[in-house]
Amino acid sequence: MPLMRWWQRAQSVAGAPGVRELSVGREEWTQVARDVAATGGVLQALWVTGAPAEGAHVYGVYLTDPGGLAVELALPAGDAGPYPGLQELFPAASRLQRAAFDLSGVRSSDPDVRPWLEHAEPYPFTRVDGEGVHEIAVGPVHAGTIEPGHFRFSVVGEKVLRLEAHLGYVHRGLEQRFRELPILAGHRLAARVSGDSAVAFSWAYCQALEGLAGSTIPARAAWLRAVCLELERLANHLGDLGALGNDAGFAFGLAQFSRLKEDLLRATAAAFGQRYLFDVVVPGGVAVDVSSDSARALADVICAVCAESAELRTIYDEHEGVRERFTGAGRLEPQLAAQLGVLGLVGRASGQGRDARRDLPCLPYTKLAVTPIVRRGGDVAARVAVRFDEVQQCGRLLAELLAELPHGECTAALEAPADGAFGIGLIEGWRGPVLVALKAGPAGMVRFCHPHDPSWQNWPALEYAILGNIVPDFPLINKSFNLSYSGVDL
Amino acid sequence: MSAVEWFTQGLEVVVALAAAPVLLGWLNQCRAWLQNRRAPSLWLPYRNLRKLFHKEALIAENASPLFRLAPYVVFGAMVLAAGIIPSMGTRLPLVVSADAIALVGLFAAARMFMALAAMDVGTAFGTLGARREMMVGFLAEPALLMVILVASLTSSSTALPAITESLAAGGLGLSPSLAFSAVAFVLVLLAENARIPVDNPATHLELTMIHEATLLEYSARHLALMEWAAQLKLFNYVCIGFALFLPWGVEVGPIGPMGLLVAVPALALKLAAAGAGIALIETVSAKMRVMRIPEFLSTAFLFAVLGLLVHVLLGA
Repeated sequence: MPLMRWWQRAQSVAGAPGVRELSVGREEWTQVARDVAATGGVLQALWVTGAPAEGAHVYGVYLTDPGGLAVELALPAGDAGPYPGLQELFPAASRLQRAAFDLSGVRSSDPDVRPWLEHAEPYPFTRVDGEGVHEIAVGPVHAGTIEPGHFRFSVVGEKVLRLEAHLGYVHRGLEQRFRELPILAGHRLAARVSGDSAVAFSWAYCQALEGLAGSTIPARAAWLRAVCLELERLANHLGDLGALGNDAGFAFGLAQFSRLKEDLLRATAAAFGQRYLFDVVVPGGVAVDVSSDSARALADVICAVCAESAELRTIYDEHEGVRERFTGAGRLEPQLAAQLGVLGLVGRASGQGRDARRDLPCLPYTKLAVTPIVRRGGDVAARVAVRFDEVQQCGRLLAELLAELPHGECTAALEAPADGAFGIGLIEGWRGPVLVALKAGPAGMVRFCHPHDPSWQNWPALEYAILGNIVPDFPLINKSFNLSYSGVDL
Repeated sequence: MSAVEWFTQGLEVVVALAAAPVLLGWLNQCRAWLQNRRAPSLWLPYRNLRKLFHKEALIAENASPLFRLAPYVVFGAMVLAAGIIPSMGTRLPLVVSADAIALVGLFAAARMFMALAAMDVGTAFGTLGARREMMVGFLAEPALLMVILVASLTSSSTALPAITESLAAGGLGLSPSLAFSAVAFVLVLLAENARIPVDNPATHLELTMIHEATLLEYSARHLALMEWAAQLKLFNYVCIGFALFLPWGVEVGPIGPMGLLVAVPALALKLAAAGAGIALIETVSAKMRVMRIPEFLSTAFLFAVLGLLVHVLLGA
């Protein structure tokens, strides 16, 4: 098996367990990608560091059967590419490569060279010609209070023939900002890459940082981090389930799930001091310890919320109108999902049974049995079902975590790592696997930091899921994916 | 026609203008209660109208005069319709001047202006909304006409006051044929007034809108008139329903301003019940796919035809 050859050659990398690193040449870069694709692996992230003048580095991270494989391609100084593009093997690579060019000036060999993050010119959308075809341009400013993104529909009547998204409206220069920060303070920025995945990103950052500093966090800290991560997952799922009901015109669902989410957020605030857990995960552990009383109170609220969610699920399942809207809408077939390398929740609803909590588990997930919840339907109903199941799974995990909180410290001292140390953090956020690649710089600064949200892989899948559906179903399908804009705009 | 009758007619229209926003406010209150939410104020639609009338009107550069004209035409049509429908008395000057067919035509004219205005500026959403609005309209109109036809068979006239009077004289029971067409009418009412399950008046998702999408380019007083017209349309439809199926409390025979003292409270009671009923339907339903609307309105037509058959076969 050729992939094993690479795997054995690769060196273990600091941070997430089960991730290895490999430096390759130009030919090997393509060969590794081919071998990964042949064994059913997916591209998790791709980015470029440095500028062509001083010699840039291209990184790709794959999720494969033996584990995560980070591949580094060093370009000689003065070389602005093109390096071999991966679009043919991994369609998600296209936008990653275009974004990397906009940020670094290093080009891939793939044919699509339209700018992605750079919005200087009007974006050349692909035109669909034909009798009665017309375009509907939506956004970037929408009628509701949501993130900005532009969607170009080509339609005949109400039927969608093609959808092309254009993002990058909330580009904040995050990678640049990371390089100006002390490495011990970067977790705060990481938490703000995508606000709804604050715990996942800040944990991934801290995991990478602690790995390259050679430090281990106390068991209590690991348990509390997992509590935070599952609370984040639970709150987001509850919010989405309500919003999905509302988008199907069933406002009762929104009212009920909003109430449940609010109960959960208040209990979170009582235990951790804030409703959304932005700066709880800190390098070396967690910033807030939870008393045994508030842990019990939190567990009670979670138990009640999960029980009510189960009741509401019966209402959703038995409601003729809601079921009719959910079933068959925005179907993403498992085969296509595998081809596109769809990650996380959306992938699991289309038969892709990956979950970093099982595949690349860190403490405390090594002690917990997490079975990925997989459906093969691939439609809105399947994504709703996965959310409902994961709500119950979260409830079980949280009960277990809170009942068995280890005693002891919840932070450990942490030294700034040596210049040039490289680590990767990989955490299964509510949307899917979140990756943070971190390289230490001189004087305790960050040399580079690349945060990667699974939305990169899933945005293109949305464009396929909508095909053949009608225009007014798009908001519902989009909501069932619920992808991050800020997480990919960087 | 005497001056007193015209005065009473004027009063009736004023009552309609005043009651329409409250009806919507009441409906929204009931919806909120049924969803376990704290309800907004009953007077919120009024405050909204006041706010809009005080704002500066912005109009797209490429808008034609039709765009400015449409809110006045649509609002005018709804005010006229409010005068024609025998919501409080059957012998008022406007009420006896037009029959139900003319009324349906008046609604169709208002819809046409609204659709033209929505397409006027040339935005994708306006065109989308206009197209969907016309689809709903051309399916709802035959169903509504069929409902009126069934009602007119019992009274041998397509004039609404004649139908109302013959029904009011007939006692409390609703004949089987009218029961069928009442079901059909409720379906048409939901579709024509952009209520769930056909349209979602509370949505902010441009792509799913029907009625709201046609108003996206309007602001300030134009938007206020369009919203007030929509509220009046709901009021009018509910009152047509009362005239056809529940005429109790309507003054039959000559009416003066004093007659309204009885008619208005009766109407208020019926409106409160109707608003609560619509809110209940909206709460228990989800919005259907746009492509299912033809089925929904065919069902309405089918019920009306059933009403007709029942009348022919049973003579009741």
